[in-house]
Amino acid sequence: MATSSFTKKTLGVEANDSGKARSADSGQPAFPKKPKITPSKAKRREIPEGLWTKCPKCSLMLYDKELDENLKVCKQCSHHFPIGARERIHSLVETCSFEEMDAEMTSVDALKFTGASSYASKLDAYRKNTSLKDAVITGIGKINSIRVALGVMDFQFLGGSMGSVVGEKLTRLIETGTAKELPVVIISCSGGARMYEGMLSLMQMAKTCAALAYHGRSRLPFISVLTHPTTAGVMASFATIGDLIIAEPAAMIGFAGPRVIKDTTQSELPPGFQTAEFLRDRGLIDAIVSRKEMKGRLTSYLEFMTEGRTARHA
Amino acid sequence: MKNYLDFEKPIAELQRKMDELQRHREAHGIEISLDKEIRQIKKKISEERRRIFSDLTPWQRVQLARHPKRPYTLDYIRTVFSDFAELHGDRLYGNDQAMVGGFAKIGDQKVVVLGTQKGRDTKENIRRNFGSAHPEGYRKALRLMRLADKFSLPIITLIDTAGAYPGIAAEERHIAEAIAVNLREMILMEVPIIAMVIGEGGSGGALGVGVADRVLILENAYYSVISPEGCAAILWKDRSAAPKAAEALKITARDLLELSLVDEIIPEPLGGAHNDVEVTAATVKERLLANLKELTAVGTKERLEQRYRKYRAHGRFQEGQPVAA
Ligand SMILES: [Zn+2]
Repeated sequence: MATSSFTKKTLGVEANDSGKARSADSGQPAFPKKPKITPSKAKRREIPEGLWTKCPKCSLMLYDKELDENLKVCKQCSHHFPIGARERIHSLVETCSFEEMDAEMTSVDALKFTGASSYASKLDAYRKNTSLKDAVITGIGKINSIRVALGVMDFQFLGGSMGSVVGEKLTRLIETGTAKELPVVIISCSGGARMYEGMLSLMQMAKTCAALAYHGRSRLPFISVLTHPTTAGVMASFATIGDLIIAEPAAMIGFAGPRVIKDTTQSELPPGFQTAEFLRDRGLIDAIVSRKEMKGRLTSYLEFMTEGRTARHA
Repeated sequence: MKNYLDFEKPIAELQRKMDELQRHREAHGIEISLDKEIRQIKKKISEERRRIFSDLTPWQRVQLARHPKRPYTLDYIRTVFSDFAELHGDRLYGNDQAMVGGFAKIGDQKVVVLGTQKGRDTKENIRRNFGSAHPEGYRKALRLMRLADKFSLPIITLIDTAGAYPGIAAEERHIAEAIAVNLREMILMEVPIIAMVIGEGGSGGALGVGVADRVLILENAYYSVISPEGCAAILWKDRSAAPKAAEALKITARDLLELSLVDEIIPEPLGGAHNDVEVTAATVKERLLANLKELTAVGTKERLEQRYRKYRAHGRFQEGQPVAA
């Protein structure tokens, strides 16, 4: 499996099938399949030196080490490969400046959900296989010289779905931002609300938006960054109420899944439907920013959005 | 002819027998001899109804929530409220008829009432998009709520939708953003808000007008993060597993009250709200007025804090290490 070579060992992040977010043959973005992780794969084998990954967009063979150093962006066509939450945080904040919050918070099977497989066993497998506790990492860190409350979602953990833990960690992050008068930056990557927690998940949408309502009332900036893919319940909550809404190139972004829309409307979807570019052209997204420019652009935006406040307080 | 659901077949069968006897009696004028039988069948019908409805499965409740005869938002507006003055449009794009609202009175209290509206027949359903609103529906709702907030009128929202519309135009005009903005703004409205799920509480499309000081739910209504069919298709790879999904998702009024995700269940008459709309409306009116009275007795600042704390408290998680499976 070529995608396993995404693994950035130093950060202990294990990639998986979610790497196949775009289908190579069509070149069209598609909703990635939920990563399939089985407990038997728990033991990670050593990755030998010299592994290569084929770019799904331009087919160039990329040397993994180089791909990692390039923030998982193809050097030829700028295709953005999936990137884990820790790697992304690493790419944005100053060394040693990130203080993680609620690192030990974990999901519980509150509904005793039983279906084709139980939620409890799913959680167990994902925890073992991803080195993540849940689908978001939050904390306070410095982007260049600006202290921010930063939340980064990780698609590897149950499709980045938002259950109680994601909602609670983000809400605490936002509340901390309000209390400490810090800007909030949330980088989303999610299939939506987590089914296994039923209505508890849906209510996380209201909870996070409530916290942002008060953060915004204090005239503190919130930048929402949408990455591939951001959909459904996460889109219909915190992700679309940023003072700025930024997206990575070609990211799949939408509310309903394309198949659902096709089935419901019985019509063909327009070209580029539900991509970052499509939504920028229709007025939702402020700017498309490539991963490699993200840190600089966020810094610049935040400078614009915080200087007035400093002046007001002076 | 009444619409009977699958699980109501024993009742339908008895009803058919009784109708037959009554026709027979009318045709032959033999009153005395059949009275006893008719009385017996009537008794059986009510016994059977009690038996069936005392132990409904989640899926059966979903069917009741979707019953074609079930009272919809405008039916409640007609029966529970008075002096309804409908207001149209979002001042941005259009007038979404899947979302209705306007000024109204409940008792002596002037309010703004709004909600998702299904159609009663095919023609109306096309106009109302089967109760699934587009972005302009949510933006119209927000405009009406801002109006209410500006002029100190309590807000009552009625929820009955399978979900926000999953269509091309809805995506092009940013339905997710329209819902999210409502979630943010509703938490800050200074007037009391009551949301009531009267039928289907379909995910984000329901929550988009559902952030409130009190969330009430009718006994046979449901409220879910995803439709049982949608969940079944994903987890069981089979839409017909919807009854199992309905069970697993904990979507009934009772489940939600146990999880503290709703504040109150409004009882329905035996057989469901459609079986006696008048009685349902009377109960709804009484409960709305009682809740309004409680909410208006609280100061604005405290009410807003309570609203925030209520949503803040939703969620179940563990702070430390997970317990080993
Ligand atoms: Zn490439």
